[in-house]
Amino acid sequence: MKIGVCIKQVPAKDSPIAINEDGRWIREDDLKYELCGPDEYALEAAIQIKEQHGGEVVAVSLGPARSTDVLRTALAKGADRAVHIQLDAPEVTPPLPAAKALAEALSKESFDLILSGLQSDDQGFGQTGVIVAELLGIAHTTVVVDLEVTDGEVKVKRELEGGWYQSLSLPLPAMLAIQSGINTPRYASFKGIIAAKKKPLESVPAAASTEAHQQTLKIYVPEKTKDTQFLEGDPDDAAQALIAKLKTEAGILS
Amino acid sequence: MNDTVLVIAEQRNNQLNPHSLEVIAAGQQLAAQQGLSLVAALPGATLDAGAASLAETRLDDLLLVQHDLLEPYTADAYCAALGQLMAELNPKFVLIPHTYQARDFAPKLAASLDRSLISDCVGIKPGESGPVFVRQLFQGKVNADVVALGEPPYFVSLQAGCWPAESVESGSATPRSMDVSLDASQIRARAEAPERGAAQAVDLSSAEIIVSVGNGIEKEENIEIARQLAAAIGGELGASRPVIDEGWLPLERQIGSSGQTVAPKLYLALGISGSSQHLVGMKGAKTIVAVNKDANAPIFKHADYGIVGDVMEVMPALIKALQG
Ligand SMILES: Cc1cc2nc3c(=O)[nH]c(=O)nc-3n(C[C@H](O)[C@H](O)[C@H](O)COP(=O)(O)OP(=O)(O)OC[C@H]3O[C@@H](n4cnc5c(N)ncnc54)[C@H](O)[C@@H]3O)c2cc1C
Repeated sequence: MKIGVCIKQVPAKDSPIAINEDGRWIREDDLKYELCGPDEYALEAAIQIKEQHGGEVVAVSLGPARSTDVLRTALAKGADRAVHIQLDAPEVTPPLPAAKALAEALSKESFDLILSGLQSDDQGFGQTGVIVAELLGIAHTTVVVDLEVTDGEVKVKRELEGGWYQSLSLPLPAMLAIQSGINTPRYASFKGIIAAKKKPLESVPAAASTEAHQQTLKIYVPEKTKDTQFLEGDPDDAAQALIAKLKTEAGILS
Repeated sequence: MNDTVLVIAEQRNNQLNPHSLEVIAAGQQLAAQQGLSLVAALPGATLDAGAASLAETRLDDLLLVQHDLLEPYTADAYCAALGQLMAELNPKFVLIPHTYQARDFAPKLAASLDRSLISDCVGIKPGESGPVFVRQLFQGKVNADVVALGEPPYFVSLQAGCWPAESVESGSATPRSMDVSLDASQIRARAEAPERGAAQAVDLSSAEIIVSVGNGIEKEENIEIARQLAAAIGGELGASRPVIDEGWLPLERQIGSSGQTVAPKLYLALGISGSSQHLVGMKGAKTIVAVNKDANAPIFKHADYGIVGDVMEVMPALIKALQG
Protein backbone atom coordinates (compact mmCIF):
# COMPACT_ATOMS: atom_id res chain seq x y z
CA MET A 1 0.00 0.00 0.00
CA LYS A 2 1.55 3.28 -1.11
CA ILE A 3 -0.08 6.27 0.56
CA GLY A 4 0.44 9.94 -0.25
CA VAL A 5 -0.74 12.49 2.27
CA CYS A 6 -1.06 16.19 1.44
CA ILE A 7 -0.34 18.39 4.44
CA LYS A 8 -0.08 22.13 4.86
CA GLN A 9 1.66 24.51 7.19
CA VAL A 10 -0.61 27.28 8.51
CA PRO A 11 -0.30 30.09 11.07
CA ALA A 12 -0.72 28.70 14.59
CA LYS A 13 -4.27 28.99 15.89
CA ASP A 14 -3.44 31.49 18.58
CA SER A 15 -1.15 33.76 16.55
CA PRO A 16 -2.48 37.27 16.09
CA ILE A 17 -3.49 37.87 12.49
CA ALA A 18 -2.66 41.31 11.05
CA ILE A 19 -3.18 42.45 7.45
CA ASN A 20 -0.04 43.60 5.65
CA GLU A 21 0.46 46.92 3.84
CA ASP A 22 -0.70 45.87 0.39
CA GLY A 23 -3.92 44.46 1.85
CA ARG A 24 -3.49 41.19 -0.02
CA TRP A 25 -2.10 38.93 2.68
CA ILE A 26 -1.23 38.83 6.36
CA ARG A 27 1.93 40.02 8.04
CA GLU A 28 4.12 36.95 8.30
CA ASP A 29 7.10 38.32 10.24
CA ASP A 30 6.17 37.38 13.79
CA LEU A 31 3.90 34.44 13.10
CA LYS A 32 4.26 30.99 14.56
CA TYR A 33 3.31 28.13 12.27
CA GLU A 34 1.88 24.67 12.78
CA LEU A 35 0.55 21.67 10.90
CA CYS A 36 -3.01 22.42 9.76
CA GLY A 37 -5.52 20.84 12.20
CA PRO A 38 -7.52 18.71 9.72
CA ASP A 39 -4.26 17.50 8.10
CA GLU A 40 -3.15 16.06 11.46
CA TYR A 41 -6.01 13.61 11.15
CA ALA A 42 -5.17 12.78 7.52
CA LEU A 43 -1.55 12.12 8.45
CA GLU A 44 -2.55 9.90 11.37
CA ALA A 45 -4.96 7.96 9.14
CA ALA A 46 -2.15 7.40 6.60
CA ILE A 47 0.24 6.11 9.27
CA GLN A 48 -2.42 3.80 10.74
CA ILE A 49 -3.20 2.29 7.32
CA LYS A 50 0.49 1.61 6.81
CA GLU A 51 0.75 0.02 10.25
CA GLN A 52 -2.11 -2.33 9.35
CA HIS A 53 -1.28 -3.13 5.75
CA GLY A 54 2.39 -2.34 5.35
CA GLY A 55 3.77 -0.11 2.62
CA GLU A 56 4.95 3.44 2.52
CA VAL A 57 3.67 6.87 3.57
CA VAL A 58 4.88 9.87 1.58
CA ALA A 59 4.05 13.30 3.02
CA VAL A 60 3.72 16.08 0.45
CA SER A 61 3.50 19.80 1.12
CA LEU A 62 3.19 22.80 -1.17
CA GLY A 63 4.51 26.07 0.22
CA PRO A 64 7.55 28.21 1.04
CA ALA A 65 10.77 26.84 2.54
CA ARG A 66 9.39 26.92 6.10
CA SER A 67 6.86 24.23 5.08
CA THR A 68 9.59 21.64 5.50
CA ASP A 69 8.93 21.95 9.27
CA VAL A 70 5.58 20.16 8.93
CA LEU A 71 7.19 17.57 6.67
CA ARG A 72 9.79 16.89 9.38
CA THR A 73 6.93 16.52 11.86
CA ALA A 74 5.28 14.00 9.54
CA LEU A 75 8.53 12.06 9.22
CA ALA A 76 8.93 12.09 13.00
CA LYS A 77 5.43 10.69 13.44
CA GLY A 78 6.01 7.85 11.01
CA ALA A 79 5.95 8.97 7.38
CA ASP A 80 8.76 7.33 5.36
CA ARG A 81 9.57 10.09 2.89
CA ALA A 82 8.63 13.67 2.23
CA VAL A 83 8.32 15.83 -0.86
CA HIS A 84 8.38 19.60 -0.56
CA ILE A 85 6.93 21.46 -3.55
CA GLN A 86 8.41 24.94 -3.40
CA LEU A 87 5.97 27.79 -3.79
CA ASP A 88 6.65 31.25 -2.45
CA ALA A 89 3.33 33.03 -2.64
CA PRO A 90 2.76 35.72 -0.03
CA GLU A 91 -0.93 35.97 -0.98
CA VAL A 92 -3.98 33.74 -1.31
CA THR A 93 -3.19 30.70 -3.46
CA PRO A 94 -6.36 29.71 -5.32
CA PRO A 95 -7.23 26.01 -5.20
CA LEU A 96 -6.89 25.18 -8.91
CA PRO A 97 -3.20 26.10 -9.34
CA ALA A 98 -2.39 24.66 -5.89
CA ALA A 99 -4.03 21.35 -6.82
CA LYS A 100 -2.28 21.34 -10.21
CA ALA A 101 1.11 21.71 -8.55
CA LEU A 102 0.30 18.92 -6.10
CA ALA A 103 -1.14 16.64 -8.79
CA GLU A 104 1.93 17.14 -10.96
CA ALA A 105 4.21 15.99 -8.15
CA LEU A 106 1.90 13.15 -7.04
CA SER A 107 1.53 11.85 -10.60
CA LYS A 108 5.23 10.93 -10.64
CA GLU A 109 4.52 8.03 -8.28
CA SER A 110 1.63 5.61 -8.32
CA PHE A 111 -0.19 5.93 -5.05
CA ASP A 112 -2.91 3.51 -4.00
CA LEU A 113 -4.38 6.10 -1.71
CA ILE A 114 -4.05 9.86 -1.43
CA LEU A 115 -5.28 11.57 1.72
CA SER A 116 -5.70 15.21 2.68
CA GLY A 117 -7.44 17.18 5.40
CA LEU A 118 -10.95 18.35 4.59
CA GLN A 119 -10.10 22.04 4.53
CA SER A 120 -7.28 24.27 5.63
CA ASP A 121 -7.46 26.47 8.71
CA ASP A 122 -6.07 29.46 6.80
CA GLN A 123 -7.69 29.72 3.36
CA GLY A 124 -10.48 27.23 3.94
CA PHE A 125 -11.36 26.56 0.28
CA GLY A 126 -11.95 22.88 1.08
CA GLN A 127 -11.26 21.86 -2.51
CA THR A 128 -7.65 20.89 -3.01
CA GLY A 129 -7.92 17.13 -2.49
CA VAL A 130 -11.00 16.82 -4.68
CA ILE A 131 -9.35 18.70 -7.56
CA VAL A 132 -6.19 16.60 -7.21
CA ALA A 133 -8.37 13.48 -7.62
CA GLU A 134 -10.05 14.92 -10.71
CA LEU A 135 -6.70 15.85 -12.26
CA LEU A 136 -5.27 12.39 -11.56
CA GLY A 137 -8.45 10.71 -12.79
CA ILE A 138 -9.06 8.77 -9.58
CA ALA A 139 -12.18 8.33 -7.45
CA HIS A 140 -12.58 10.46 -4.33
CA THR A 141 -14.82 11.16 -1.40
CA THR A 142 -14.88 13.78 1.35
CA VAL A 143 -15.83 14.42 4.99
CA VAL A 144 -14.54 10.92 5.81
CA VAL A 145 -15.11 9.90 9.44
CA ASP A 146 -14.31 6.19 9.18
CA LEU A 147 -12.32 4.09 6.73
CA GLU A 148 -11.21 0.54 6.15
CA VAL A 149 -8.90 -0.65 3.40
CA THR A 150 -9.71 -4.10 2.02
CA ASP A 151 -8.76 -5.94 -1.14
CA GLY A 152 -8.38 -3.34 -3.85
CA GLU A 153 -10.89 -0.98 -2.33
CA VAL A 154 -11.55 1.34 0.56
CA LYS A 155 -14.80 1.38 2.53
CA VAL A 156 -15.63 4.73 4.07
CA LYS A 157 -18.28 6.44 6.09
CA ARG A 158 -18.80 10.06 5.19
CA GLU A 159 -20.48 12.59 7.39
CA LEU A 160 -23.53 14.51 6.18
CA GLU A 161 -25.17 17.43 7.97
CA GLY A 162 -27.09 17.13 11.21
CA GLY A 163 -26.02 13.65 12.33
CA TRP A 164 -26.55 11.74 9.06
CA TYR A 165 -23.98 9.51 7.34
CA GLN A 166 -23.39 7.79 4.01
CA SER A 167 -21.40 4.59 3.54
CA LEU A 168 -19.60 3.84 0.31
CA SER A 169 -16.77 1.82 -1.22
CA LEU A 170 -14.28 3.19 -3.71
CA PRO A 171 -11.91 1.21 -5.92
CA LEU A 172 -8.21 1.97 -5.44
CA PRO A 173 -6.48 4.19 -6.28
CA ALA A 174 -8.64 6.71 -4.49
CA MET A 175 -8.43 10.07 -2.78
CA LEU A 176 -10.04 10.75 0.61
CA ALA A 177 -10.53 14.13 2.32
CA ILE A 178 -10.47 13.37 6.03
CA GLN A 179 -12.73 15.00 8.63
CA SER A 180 -11.48 15.86 12.12
CA GLY A 181 -12.18 13.36 14.90
CA ILE A 182 -11.64 10.24 12.76
CA ASN A 183 -8.73 9.18 15.00
CA THR A 184 -6.49 10.48 17.78
CA PRO A 185 -3.36 11.97 16.19
CA ARG A 186 -0.19 10.78 17.88
CA TYR A 187 2.63 12.95 19.13
CA ALA A 188 6.07 12.51 17.65
CA SER A 189 8.28 10.46 19.96
CA PHE A 190 11.83 11.50 20.76
CA LYS A 191 13.04 8.45 18.86
CA GLY A 192 10.87 9.47 15.94
CA ILE A 193 12.30 12.96 15.87
CA ILE A 194 15.85 11.60 15.75
CA ALA A 195 14.91 9.05 13.07
CA ALA A 196 13.26 11.76 10.97
CA LYS A 197 16.59 13.49 10.47
CA LYS A 198 17.79 10.55 8.38
CA LYS A 199 14.63 10.13 6.31
CA PRO A 200 14.59 11.51 2.74
CA LEU A 201 13.08 14.95 2.19
CA GLU A 202 13.15 15.97 -1.44
CA SER A 203 12.46 19.50 -2.68
CA VAL A 204 11.02 20.09 -6.13
CA PRO A 205 9.95 23.31 -7.83
CA ALA A 206 6.21 23.82 -8.31
CA ALA A 207 4.97 23.27 -11.86
CA ALA A 208 4.59 26.51 -13.80
CA SER A 209 1.53 28.28 -12.51
CA THR A 210 -1.59 28.07 -14.62
CA GLU A 211 -4.63 30.29 -14.92
CA ALA A 212 -6.25 30.61 -11.51
CA HIS A 213 -9.68 31.79 -12.73
CA GLN A 214 -10.08 33.76 -9.52
CA GLN A 215 -8.21 36.51 -7.77
CA THR A 216 -8.31 37.94 -4.26
CA LEU A 217 -8.38 41.73 -4.55
CA LYS A 218 -7.99 42.51 -0.88
CA ILE A 219 -8.39 41.07 2.57
CA TYR A 220 -9.72 42.91 5.62
CA VAL A 221 -11.16 42.47 9.08
CA PRO A 222 -14.93 42.06 8.75
CA GLU A 223 -17.27 44.64 10.23
CA LYS A 224 -19.24 43.92 13.37
CA THR A 225 -22.80 42.77 12.80
CA LYS A 226 -23.96 43.22 16.37
CA ASP A 227 -23.35 45.84 19.05
CA THR A 228 -21.71 43.70 21.66
CA GLN A 229 -21.79 45.06 25.21
CA PHE A 230 -18.43 44.24 26.72
CA LEU A 231 -18.36 43.78 30.48
CA GLU A 232 -15.12 45.07 31.87
CA GLY A 233 -13.18 44.70 35.07
CA ASP A 234 -11.75 41.69 36.86
CA PRO A 235 -13.51 38.34 36.36
CA ASP A 236 -15.73 38.81 39.44
CA ASP A 237 -16.88 42.28 38.42
CA ALA A 238 -17.50 41.23 34.85
CA ALA A 239 -19.39 38.11 35.95
CA GLN A 240 -21.60 40.05 38.35
CA ALA A 241 -22.32 42.72 35.76
CA LEU A 242 -23.21 40.05 33.21
CA ILE A 243 -25.61 38.20 35.51
CA ALA A 244 -27.26 41.51 36.44
CA LYS A 245 -27.73 42.41 32.78
CA LEU A 246 -29.11 39.00 31.91
CA LYS A 247 -31.73 39.52 34.64
CA THR A 248 -32.66 43.12 33.96
CA GLU A 249 -32.08 43.71 30.23
CA ALA A 250 -32.40 40.27 28.71
CA GLY A 251 -35.01 39.08 31.21
CA ILE A 252 -33.58 35.59 31.19
CA LEU A 253 -32.61 34.70 34.73
CA SER A 254 -34.95 35.44 37.57
CA MET B 1 -25.44 32.11 -24.35
CA ASN B 2 -23.58 33.04 -21.18
CA ASP B 3 -26.61 35.04 -20.18
CA THR B 4 -27.80 33.02 -17.22
CA VAL B 5 -27.23 32.55 -13.55
CA LEU B 6 -27.70 28.85 -12.80
CA VAL B 7 -28.53 27.66 -9.28
CA ILE B 8 -27.88 23.99 -8.57
CA ALA B 9 -30.40 23.14 -5.86
CA GLU B 10 -30.18 20.18 -3.51
CA GLN B 11 -32.71 17.72 -2.16
CA ARG B 12 -32.25 15.92 1.09
CA ASN B 13 -34.52 13.22 2.49
CA ASN B 14 -36.95 13.84 -0.34
CA GLN B 15 -37.31 17.50 0.41
CA LEU B 16 -35.70 20.63 -0.86
CA ASN B 17 -32.73 21.47 1.36
CA PRO B 18 -33.75 24.95 2.65
CA HIS B 19 -30.18 26.18 2.01
CA SER B 20 -31.16 25.96 -1.69
CA LEU B 21 -33.77 28.69 -1.20
CA GLU B 22 -31.13 30.99 0.28
CA VAL B 23 -29.09 30.46 -2.88
CA ILE B 24 -32.16 31.16 -5.03
CA ALA B 25 -32.48 34.48 -3.16
CA ALA B 26 -28.81 35.27 -3.88
CA GLY B 27 -29.32 34.19 -7.51
CA GLN B 28 -32.33 36.49 -7.92
CA GLN B 29 -30.26 39.41 -6.65
CA LEU B 30 -27.23 38.57 -8.81
CA ALA B 31 -29.34 38.05 -11.95
CA ALA B 32 -31.11 41.38 -11.44
CA GLN B 33 -27.83 43.19 -10.79
CA GLN B 34 -26.10 41.71 -13.86
CA GLY B 35 -29.10 41.72 -16.19
CA LEU B 36 -29.07 37.94 -16.55
CA SER B 37 -31.81 35.34 -16.44
CA LEU B 38 -32.12 32.89 -13.57
CA VAL B 39 -32.38 29.13 -14.01
CA ALA B 40 -32.58 26.57 -11.22
CA ALA B 41 -31.64 22.93 -11.72
CA LEU B 42 -32.48 20.12 -9.35
CA PRO B 43 -30.56 16.85 -9.75
CA GLY B 44 -31.83 13.56 -8.34
CA ALA B 45 -34.07 10.54 -8.90
CA THR B 46 -37.40 11.44 -7.29
CA LEU B 47 -37.82 15.16 -7.49
CA ASP B 48 -41.52 15.93 -6.91
CA ALA B 49 -41.19 17.54 -3.48
CA GLY B 50 -38.16 19.64 -4.32
CA ALA B 51 -39.59 20.68 -7.67
CA ALA B 52 -42.83 21.78 -5.98
CA SER B 53 -40.90 24.02 -3.56
CA LEU B 54 -38.75 25.54 -6.30
CA ALA B 55 -41.79 26.11 -8.53
CA GLU B 56 -43.05 28.66 -6.01
CA THR B 57 -40.04 30.95 -6.55
CA ARG B 58 -39.46 33.50 -9.28
CA LEU B 59 -37.30 31.79 -11.89
CA ASP B 60 -36.96 32.05 -15.65
CA ASP B 61 -36.63 28.30 -15.96
CA LEU B 62 -36.68 25.25 -13.71
CA LEU B 63 -34.85 22.14 -14.91
CA LEU B 64 -35.24 18.71 -13.37
CA VAL B 65 -32.08 16.74 -13.98
CA GLN B 66 -33.66 13.38 -13.32
CA HIS B 67 -32.00 9.97 -13.50
CA ASP B 68 -32.29 6.87 -11.35
CA LEU B 69 -28.49 6.70 -11.08
CA LEU B 70 -28.42 10.05 -9.26
CA GLU B 71 -29.62 8.30 -6.13
CA PRO B 72 -27.91 7.53 -3.84
CA TYR B 73 -25.63 10.50 -4.35
CA THR B 74 -22.21 9.91 -5.93
CA ALA B 75 -19.75 12.53 -7.14
CA ASP B 76 -19.24 10.65 -10.42
CA ALA B 77 -22.94 10.55 -11.35
CA TYR B 78 -23.49 14.16 -10.32
CA CYS B 79 -20.53 15.46 -12.30
CA ALA B 80 -21.49 13.43 -15.38
CA ALA B 81 -25.07 14.71 -15.29
CA LEU B 82 -24.23 18.28 -14.39
CA GLY B 83 -21.48 18.35 -17.02
CA GLN B 84 -24.21 17.74 -19.61
CA LEU B 85 -26.28 20.51 -18.07
CA MET B 86 -23.31 22.90 -18.33
CA ALA B 87 -22.79 22.04 -22.01
CA GLU B 88 -26.44 22.65 -22.79
CA LEU B 89 -26.96 25.80 -20.75
CA ASN B 90 -23.54 27.44 -20.91
CA PRO B 91 -24.27 29.61 -17.87
CA LYS B 92 -22.24 32.63 -16.84
CA PHE B 93 -22.50 32.07 -13.09
CA VAL B 94 -23.20 28.81 -11.28
CA LEU B 95 -24.34 29.26 -7.68
CA ILE B 96 -24.33 26.25 -5.38
CA PRO B 97 -25.24 25.91 -1.69
CA HIS B 98 -22.00 25.08 0.15
CA THR B 99 -23.32 21.85 1.63
CA TYR B 100 -21.34 18.72 2.43
CA GLN B 101 -22.59 17.33 -0.90
CA ALA B 102 -21.38 20.41 -2.78
CA ARG B 103 -17.97 20.11 -1.08
CA ASP B 104 -17.83 16.65 -2.63
CA PHE B 105 -18.83 17.32 -6.24
CA ALA B 106 -18.50 21.06 -6.99
CA PRO B 107 -14.67 21.32 -7.02
CA LYS B 108 -14.57 18.27 -9.32
CA LEU B 109 -17.24 19.66 -11.63
CA ALA B 110 -15.43 23.00 -11.93
CA ALA B 111 -12.02 21.38 -12.42
CA SER B 112 -13.42 19.03 -15.08
CA LEU B 113 -14.11 22.18 -17.14
CA ASP B 114 -10.77 23.71 -16.11
CA ARG B 115 -12.61 26.28 -14.05
CA SER B 116 -12.29 27.39 -10.48
CA LEU B 117 -14.81 27.35 -7.66
CA ILE B 118 -14.96 30.35 -5.35
CA SER B 119 -16.09 28.40 -2.31
CA ASP B 120 -18.03 29.15 0.87
CA CYS B 121 -18.93 32.78 0.08
CA VAL B 122 -20.78 34.92 2.61
CA GLY B 123 -21.65 37.88 0.39
CA ILE B 124 -21.86 39.17 -3.18
CA LYS B 125 -21.41 42.86 -3.93
CA PRO B 126 -21.29 44.84 -7.16
CA GLY B 127 -17.80 45.65 -8.44
CA GLU B 128 -16.23 47.59 -11.29
CA SER B 129 -15.94 44.66 -13.64
CA GLY B 130 -18.50 42.22 -12.34
CA PRO B 131 -19.57 40.92 -8.98
CA VAL B 132 -17.20 40.69 -6.02
CA PHE B 133 -17.55 37.58 -3.90
CA VAL B 134 -16.78 37.78 -0.21
CA ARG B 135 -15.30 34.74 1.51
CA GLN B 136 -13.73 34.10 4.89
CA LEU B 137 -10.12 33.32 5.73
CA PHE B 138 -8.61 32.14 9.02
CA GLN B 139 -11.91 30.69 10.18
CA GLY B 140 -13.76 33.97 10.02
CA LYS B 141 -11.10 36.30 11.40
CA VAL B 142 -10.51 37.89 7.99
CA ASN B 143 -12.69 38.50 4.92
CA ALA B 144 -11.47 38.42 1.32
CA ASP B 145 -12.92 40.13 -1.75
CA VAL B 146 -12.58 37.75 -4.69
CA VAL B 147 -13.35 38.20 -8.38
CA ALA B 148 -13.74 35.60 -11.09
CA LEU B 149 -11.27 35.75 -13.98
CA GLY B 150 -11.06 34.30 -17.46
CA GLU B 151 -13.86 32.64 -19.36
CA PRO B 152 -17.17 31.63 -17.74
CA PRO B 153 -18.76 29.63 -16.25
CA TYR B 154 -17.81 31.03 -12.86
CA PHE B 155 -18.59 28.58 -10.07
CA VAL B 156 -19.45 30.00 -6.66
CA SER B 157 -20.68 28.19 -3.53
CA LEU B 158 -22.53 30.05 -0.78
CA GLN B 159 -22.43 29.55 2.97
CA ALA B 160 -25.67 28.77 4.82
CA GLY B 161 -27.35 31.53 6.77
CA CYS B 162 -26.08 34.48 4.72
CA TRP B 163 -29.06 35.19 2.45
CA PRO B 164 -32.36 35.02 4.34
CA ALA B 165 -34.62 32.43 2.72
CA GLU B 166 -37.55 34.78 3.41
CA SER B 167 -36.11 37.26 0.92
CA VAL B 168 -36.81 34.85 -1.96
CA GLU B 169 -39.20 36.45 -4.43
CA SER B 170 -42.08 34.13 -5.07
CA GLY B 171 -43.36 33.27 -8.51
CA SER B 172 -44.60 30.31 -10.45
CA ALA B 173 -42.07 28.33 -12.43
CA THR B 174 -42.98 25.33 -14.54
CA PRO B 175 -40.64 22.40 -13.99
CA ARG B 176 -39.14 21.01 -17.18
CA SER B 177 -37.32 17.70 -17.42
CA MET B 178 -33.89 17.58 -18.93
CA ASP B 179 -32.66 14.28 -20.30
CA VAL B 180 -29.24 13.20 -19.21
CA SER B 181 -27.54 9.98 -20.19
CA LEU B 182 -25.74 8.12 -17.46
CA ASP B 183 -24.34 4.64 -17.35
CA ALA B 184 -23.65 2.61 -14.21
CA SER B 185 -20.10 1.98 -15.46
CA GLN B 186 -19.32 5.70 -15.04
CA ILE B 187 -19.85 5.48 -11.29
CA ARG B 188 -16.80 4.24 -9.44
CA ALA B 189 -18.25 4.38 -5.92
CA ARG B 190 -20.66 1.78 -4.56
CA ALA B 191 -22.74 4.07 -2.40
CA GLU B 192 -25.49 3.37 0.07
CA ALA B 193 -28.45 5.54 1.01
CA PRO B 194 -27.82 8.08 3.77
CA GLU B 195 -28.67 6.94 7.29
CA ARG B 196 -29.16 8.71 10.55
CA GLY B 197 -26.49 8.18 13.21
CA ALA B 198 -27.26 6.47 16.52
CA ALA B 199 -30.25 7.97 18.28
CA GLN B 200 -29.31 10.90 20.48
CA ALA B 201 -30.20 10.72 24.14
CA VAL B 202 -29.95 14.47 24.55
CA ASP B 203 -32.16 16.84 22.60
CA LEU B 204 -30.60 20.27 22.96
CA SER B 205 -33.06 21.88 20.56
CA SER B 206 -35.59 22.40 23.34
CA ALA B 207 -33.10 23.64 25.96
CA GLU B 208 -33.71 27.21 27.15
CA ILE B 209 -30.18 27.80 28.36
CA ILE B 210 -27.03 26.21 26.90
CA VAL B 211 -23.56 26.49 28.38
CA SER B 212 -21.26 25.59 25.53
CA VAL B 213 -17.54 24.94 25.73
CA GLY B 214 -14.89 25.04 23.00
CA ASN B 215 -11.23 24.39 22.44
CA GLY B 216 -10.44 27.24 24.84
CA ILE B 217 -11.37 24.94 27.73
CA GLU B 218 -7.96 23.35 27.04
CA LYS B 219 -8.22 20.24 29.24
CA GLU B 220 -10.72 17.50 29.90
CA GLU B 221 -10.72 18.16 33.65
CA ASN B 222 -11.87 21.73 33.02
CA ILE B 223 -15.20 20.41 31.70
CA GLU B 224 -16.21 19.86 35.32
CA ILE B 225 -16.35 23.60 36.06
CA ALA B 226 -18.49 24.12 32.96
CA ARG B 227 -20.78 21.37 34.24
CA GLN B 228 -21.07 23.18 37.57
CA LEU B 229 -21.82 26.43 35.78
CA ALA B 230 -24.53 24.71 33.72
CA ALA B 231 -26.09 23.38 36.93
CA ALA B 232 -25.89 26.77 38.64
CA ILE B 233 -27.58 28.57 35.74
CA GLY B 234 -30.09 25.79 35.05
CA GLY B 235 -28.82 24.96 31.57
CA GLU B 236 -27.65 22.07 29.42
CA LEU B 237 -24.01 21.52 28.47
CA GLY B 238 -23.08 21.85 24.79
CA ALA B 239 -19.77 21.93 22.91
CA SER B 240 -17.99 22.79 19.70
CA ARG B 241 -16.49 20.06 17.58
CA PRO B 242 -12.89 19.94 18.92
CA VAL B 243 -14.22 19.11 22.40
CA ILE B 244 -16.16 16.17 20.91
CA ASP B 245 -13.21 15.13 18.70
CA GLU B 246 -11.05 14.97 21.82
CA GLY B 247 -13.63 12.72 23.45
CA TRP B 248 -14.23 15.10 26.37
CA LEU B 249 -18.00 15.15 25.77
CA PRO B 250 -20.24 12.77 23.78
CA LEU B 251 -21.27 13.51 20.18
CA GLU B 252 -24.83 14.25 21.26
CA ARG B 253 -23.55 17.48 22.83
CA GLN B 254 -22.05 18.81 19.58
CA ILE B 255 -23.56 21.99 18.24
CA GLY B 256 -23.11 23.05 14.64
CA SER B 257 -23.51 21.91 11.07
CA SER B 258 -22.71 18.29 11.79
CA GLY B 259 -24.27 18.31 15.25
CA GLN B 260 -27.43 19.80 16.68
CA THR B 261 -29.09 23.09 15.75
CA VAL B 262 -30.27 24.97 18.79
CA ALA B 263 -32.22 28.14 19.51
CA PRO B 264 -32.16 28.67 23.29
CA LYS B 265 -33.04 31.88 25.08
CA LEU B 266 -29.46 32.08 26.32
CA TYR B 267 -26.32 30.64 24.73
CA LEU B 268 -23.04 30.99 26.58
CA ALA B 269 -20.07 30.38 24.27
CA LEU B 270 -17.01 29.71 26.42
CA GLY B 271 -13.67 29.52 24.61
CA ILE B 272 -15.36 29.11 21.22
CA SER B 273 -13.89 31.06 18.28
CA GLY B 274 -17.08 31.32 16.20
CA SER B 275 -16.40 29.32 13.02
CA SER B 276 -19.18 29.28 10.43
CA GLN B 277 -19.84 25.58 11.08
CA HIS B 278 -20.45 26.30 14.76
CA LEU B 279 -22.43 29.50 14.20
CA VAL B 280 -24.90 27.82 11.86
CA GLY B 281 -25.97 25.65 14.79
CA MET B 282 -26.57 28.42 17.34
CA LYS B 283 -27.07 31.73 15.54
CA GLY B 284 -30.77 31.48 16.29
CA ALA B 285 -30.23 31.88 20.05
CA LYS B 286 -32.05 34.88 21.45
CA THR B 287 -29.21 36.14 23.61
CA ILE B 288 -25.60 35.16 22.98
CA VAL B 289 -22.83 35.64 25.54
CA ALA B 290 -19.22 35.04 24.54
CA VAL B 291 -16.24 34.60 26.82
CA ASN B 292 -12.92 34.53 24.99
CA LYS B 293 -9.37 35.62 25.74
CA ASP B 294 -9.03 37.01 22.21
CA ALA B 295 -10.92 40.30 21.83
CA ASN B 296 -10.87 39.78 18.04
CA ALA B 297 -12.45 36.32 18.08
CA PRO B 298 -15.19 36.16 15.41
CA ILE B 299 -17.73 34.95 18.00
CA PHE B 300 -17.91 38.50 19.39
CA LYS B 301 -19.41 39.63 16.06
CA HIS B 302 -22.51 37.68 17.02
CA ALA B 303 -22.53 38.18 20.78
CA ASP B 304 -24.93 40.44 22.67
CA TYR B 305 -22.64 40.40 25.70
CA GLY B 306 -18.95 39.72 25.83
CA ILE B 307 -16.27 39.17 28.41
CA VAL B 308 -12.66 39.26 27.25
CA GLY B 309 -10.89 36.92 29.63
CA ASP B 310 -9.76 33.45 30.56
CA VAL B 311 -12.65 30.97 30.77
CA MET B 312 -10.97 29.28 33.71
CA GLU B 313 -11.27 32.51 35.68
CA VAL B 314 -14.63 33.66 34.35
CA MET B 315 -16.51 30.37 34.87
CA PRO B 316 -15.91 30.22 38.66
CA ALA B 317 -16.72 33.94 38.88
CA LEU B 318 -20.04 33.33 37.10
CA ILE B 319 -20.89 30.47 39.46
CA LYS B 320 -20.15 32.76 42.40
CA ALA B 321 -22.24 35.58 40.94
CA LEU B 322 -25.17 33.22 40.37
CA GLN B 323 -25.01 31.94 43.93
CA GLY B 324 -24.43 35.41 45.33
C1 LIG C 1 -17.49 20.08 7.31
C2 LIG C 1 -17.21 20.63 8.67
C3 LIG C 1 -18.13 20.44 9.67
C4 LIG C 1 -17.93 20.97 10.94
N1 LIG C 1 -18.90 20.81 11.88
C5 LIG C 1 -18.77 21.45 13.07
C6 LIG C 1 -19.83 21.42 14.04
O1 LIG C 1 -20.88 20.79 13.86
N2 LIG C 1 -19.64 22.10 15.19
C7 LIG C 1 -18.50 22.81 15.47
O2 LIG C 1 -18.40 23.44 16.54
N3 LIG C 1 -17.48 22.83 14.57
C8 LIG C 1 -17.60 22.16 13.39
N4 LIG C 1 -16.55 22.19 12.50
C9 LIG C 1 -15.24 22.71 12.93
C10 LIG C 1 -15.12 24.21 12.82
O3 LIG C 1 -14.63 24.56 11.54
C11 LIG C 1 -14.12 24.76 13.86
O4 LIG C 1 -12.89 24.12 13.71
C12 LIG C 1 -14.60 24.58 15.29
O5 LIG C 1 -15.93 25.03 15.43
C13 LIG C 1 -13.69 25.34 16.22
O6 LIG C 1 -14.05 25.08 17.55
P1 LIG C 1 -13.63 26.08 18.71
O7 LIG C 1 -14.18 27.42 18.44
O8 LIG C 1 -14.01 25.43 19.99
O9 LIG C 1 -12.04 26.05 18.64
P2 LIG C 1 -10.98 27.14 18.14
O10 LIG C 1 -11.33 27.63 16.79
O11 LIG C 1 -9.67 26.53 18.38
O12 LIG C 1 -11.21 28.34 19.13
C14 LIG C 1 -10.88 28.34 20.48
C15 LIG C 1 -11.18 29.73 21.02
O13 LIG C 1 -10.92 29.74 22.40
C16 LIG C 1 -10.22 30.89 22.77
N5 LIG C 1 -9.46 30.55 23.96
C17 LIG C 1 -8.37 29.76 24.06
N6 LIG C 1 -7.99 29.64 25.35
C18 LIG C 1 -8.86 30.37 26.08
C19 LIG C 1 -9.00 30.65 27.46
N7 LIG C 1 -8.17 30.12 28.37
N8 LIG C 1 -10.01 31.46 27.86
C20 LIG C 1 -10.86 32.00 26.94
N9 LIG C 1 -10.76 31.77 25.63
C21 LIG C 1 -9.79 30.96 25.21
C22 LIG C 1 -9.38 31.24 21.56
O14 LIG C 1 -9.10 32.63 21.53
C23 LIG C 1 -10.30 30.81 20.42
O15 LIG C 1 -11.11 31.89 19.98
C24 LIG C 1 -16.74 21.66 11.23
C25 LIG C 1 -15.79 21.83 10.23
C26 LIG C 1 -16.01 21.32 8.95
C27 LIG C 1 -14.98 21.56 7.91
